[in-house]
Amino acid sequence: MAHLRLMINNQSHDVNALPETPLLWVLRDTLGLTGTKYGCGMGLCGACTVHLENEAVRSCQVPVGGVGTKRVTTIEGLSSDRTHPVQRAWIAEQVPQCGYCQSGQIMQAAAFLAKTPRPTREQIDRAMSGNICRCATYQRIRRAIQRAAGQKA
Amino acid sequence: MVSQAQVSRREFLKTSTQGAGVFIIGFHLPLRREAQSSPSEGPIKIFKPNAWLRITADNEITVLVEKPELGQGSRTYTPMMIAEELEVDWLAIRVEQAPTIPSIYQGLRTGGSGGVASTFTPMRKVGAQARELLITAAALKWEVKRSDCQAKNGTVVHRPTNRRLSYGELVETVSKLPLIDSHEIPLKQPGDFRLIGKPIPRTDVPSKVDGSAAFGIDVRVPGMLFAVIARCPFFGGKLQGFDAAAAKTVPGVCAVFPVAPLPRRFNTAGGVAVVADSTWAAIQGRKVLVSRWEKGPGSDESTETLRKLVEERAGAPPTFIAIERGDALGVLASPVKKVEGYYVSPFQAHATMEPMNTTIHVRDDEIEVWSPTQFADEVQDEIAELSGFSLDKVIVHMTLSGGSFGRRYQWDYAAEAWQVAKEMMQPVQLLWTREDDMQHDFYRPYNYQRLSGGFDGHGNLVAWSTRVVTTPISRSNLYTGFTESPETLKDPATIAALEWYGADIAPYSIPNFRLDYAPADSVVPCSWWRSVSSSYTPFAKESFIDELAHASGRDPLQFRMDLLANKSPETARLRAVLQVAAESAAWGKPLPKGRGRGIACRVGGSYSAQVAEVSVDDDGTVQVLRVVSAVDCGIAVNPDGVRAMTEGAINFALTAVLTGEITIKDGAVEQSNFHDYQVLRINQAPEIEVHIVPSVEDPSGVGELGAMLVPPAVANAVFAATGVRVRRLPIDPQLLKRSQS
Repeated sequence: MAHLRLMINNQSHDVNALPETPLLWVLRDTLGLTGTKYGCGMGLCGACTVHLENEAVRSCQVPVGGVGTKRVTTIEGLSSDRTHPVQRAWIAEQVPQCGYCQSGQIMQAAAFLAKTPRPTREQIDRAMSGNICRCATYQRIRRAIQRAAGQKA
Repeated sequence: MVSQAQVSRREFLKTSTQGAGVFIIGFHLPLRREAQSSPSEGPIKIFKPNAWLRITADNEITVLVEKPELGQGSRTYTPMMIAEELEVDWLAIRVEQAPTIPSIYQGLRTGGSGGVASTFTPMRKVGAQARELLITAAALKWEVKRSDCQAKNGTVVHRPTNRRLSYGELVETVSKLPLIDSHEIPLKQPGDFRLIGKPIPRTDVPSKVDGSAAFGIDVRVPGMLFAVIARCPFFGGKLQGFDAAAAKTVPGVCAVFPVAPLPRRFNTAGGVAVVADSTWAAIQGRKVLVSRWEKGPGSDESTETLRKLVEERAGAPPTFIAIERGDALGVLASPVKKVEGYYVSPFQAHATMEPMNTTIHVRDDEIEVWSPTQFADEVQDEIAELSGFSLDKVIVHMTLSGGSFGRRYQWDYAAEAWQVAKEMMQPVQLLWTREDDMQHDFYRPYNYQRLSGGFDGHGNLVAWSTRVVTTPISRSNLYTGFTESPETLKDPATIAALEWYGADIAPYSIPNFRLDYAPADSVVPCSWWRSVSSSYTPFAKESFIDELAHASGRDPLQFRMDLLANKSPETARLRAVLQVAAESAAWGKPLPKGRGRGIACRVGGSYSAQVAEVSVDDDGTVQVLRVVSAVDCGIAVNPDGVRAMTEGAINFALTAVLTGEITIKDGAVEQSNFHDYQVLRINQAPEIEVHIVPSVEDPSGVGELGAMLVPPAVANAVFAATGVRVRRLPIDPQLLKRSQS
């Protein structure tokens, strides 16, 4: 067990964990931040996507011991009141059905738009193809990303 | 018809299986239950006309939703129906999940696209009953004529004087009134609807964009532990022995013990439980657990052996003849121009994004359960039965579900969680990892359909026969020793609902038709998968219609229209959706080389037609570019919900058309995660257009509808693009590549 100090959603958390434990399980089981979801454990589905600094990463593939002083942002920390442009677009386009994958979709989309503010459809498809939605809300995800990018009023 | 009271819920499940997408579950409305609890002293603060609605003196209006929320929108369409009749501001309504008390709430389950259809009248009556009573209460309070009073926007208005009383102000008076009999409650006419028929934003969406929506896997209870089970890697085997020493050395692991198989309707296969203080520790413990498994019957089963078996069963005598109109076999044996075809669809996994899980706390005197299920009352029944606790001592919280698609119709994972939790006397969350979920699912049956059609000398289609062969749902779980009763297995309605529903060619007008069925036994557990048998019967039927159209040199749309020329409400609605889909998709307009359009239609509950447009690359890769869907589902209660369900169902089915396949080797599933069971991703998702055909008929379901027509629409489009008939799903690009060279 190692004692780790993590900076998550601008708050400092002290945890005891084996350094190889994936960040996902520390978030969910140790810290109770259950907005980040388990989907595959292999980095194949994107349900566990969080931001490490400004990068979208699969938290099931990030050993907690490797996080160090990097800032972690989870869906709970994206905004305090659902006002992040991506969240607002997700509501406007009524994207979620079951909603289970949507934390990961939103975190992926937010990181993507921060770097690609005016994406084409092909860029959207490429950036989002690592995130599976079994309710298959893909058409609305595309529209919501375009909306968040200001390409649709 | 036997009254529902005389039939246990499980029997009811079996006997009510001849609905649309299969299960239509009745909705009993005990409007008088949990009526005024008549507090003896002090002012009445809450008006509870029935079990679904509460209005407080502070004008807080709460709707209790009993249908599970799996993503299909029950927490939106239910309050819409109530608010419509109650005449309140939609935004003023709060939504809660109804508690699992089946004596009050008999709709704690959903399936067969039946949610909206089964609640449409009862839930409107819930709102209307309260509205009528509130009007009476206001008239009494004002001492005016009731007919001068009107409910409007959360108030009752006295029209002659324009006086108003909010519903909250009427709580005390209204609570003393006698209730109105259910059949005497007046309902609004569709033309007067303010909410129903409007695209209303879902009530659960805000919680699903900020991480606050709590699914089963998110349940957190003080002192809880986390568990996984090591399961036998092949079906039909059993635990021979295990060594827990290594697992117990993993930090956090606190218990390792065997779990017995439960040979029940939805069996659990048993194995070895590893319980720890975190999910990760439990998974790590299982990794180093040493376990030995004994092979059982069926351990030599493979996709290859099944492939031979279903073909053999397609030629064997049927176990029963499902439909016989005229003499199809006789006519097909006479000198007609005969066309033959066969279609094969493999096992499919549900692969819900939230894998199976349940959290249970077994205490001395009660059991508390948190389960993402689409069948809360069965979870309660099962655990009560297994534990010997009475129903009221098994408290079941139905959480949000991260997808279901039929998987959460089985309650095996809740039973398993109880098996683990009872050993711990602490709350335990049992999680199925993705690998567990994919390798121990109840799969969509493997199936094979052989069809023959015959034209007479004038080019009229005069005979059609279909043989359906499946690894039957009704005989699933053979390896645990559990089968349905012999009577159930002979009951045509049950077999129909489970195995071949959707294969009937009606309302196509063909004078001689025969549908028969033969099972192909398998050790692979099978069950409902979004649209059940309609996930594969339209693939055969609507592909074959396409074959017949081409064989007779006619346009596939016109060929269908001709077979639907008989005048009936059914054919009229079907022709209408065909027309809308065809026009919107520019049917008949030439496409560049390598592209094609395919059409398919269906009736059964709701009416739908779809046109798929595909391109086939030189290497045989199929891209589905666009799917146009026309839907007639009666009144579209929430049109945006209808659109969302249809878009999702189309894409869901595309997985089964393009990439998804569960294969068997040595009695075990070969796939284990999303790298080898490839589900549709955004870059493969087509543009989808949904056209809702206006209707004032009562609503019918759409949760499965969109999924049914995708296989034939895409397969027919591939034929149009390449001239190659798709006989097996998922589509093998190699076959199309060869055809192009």
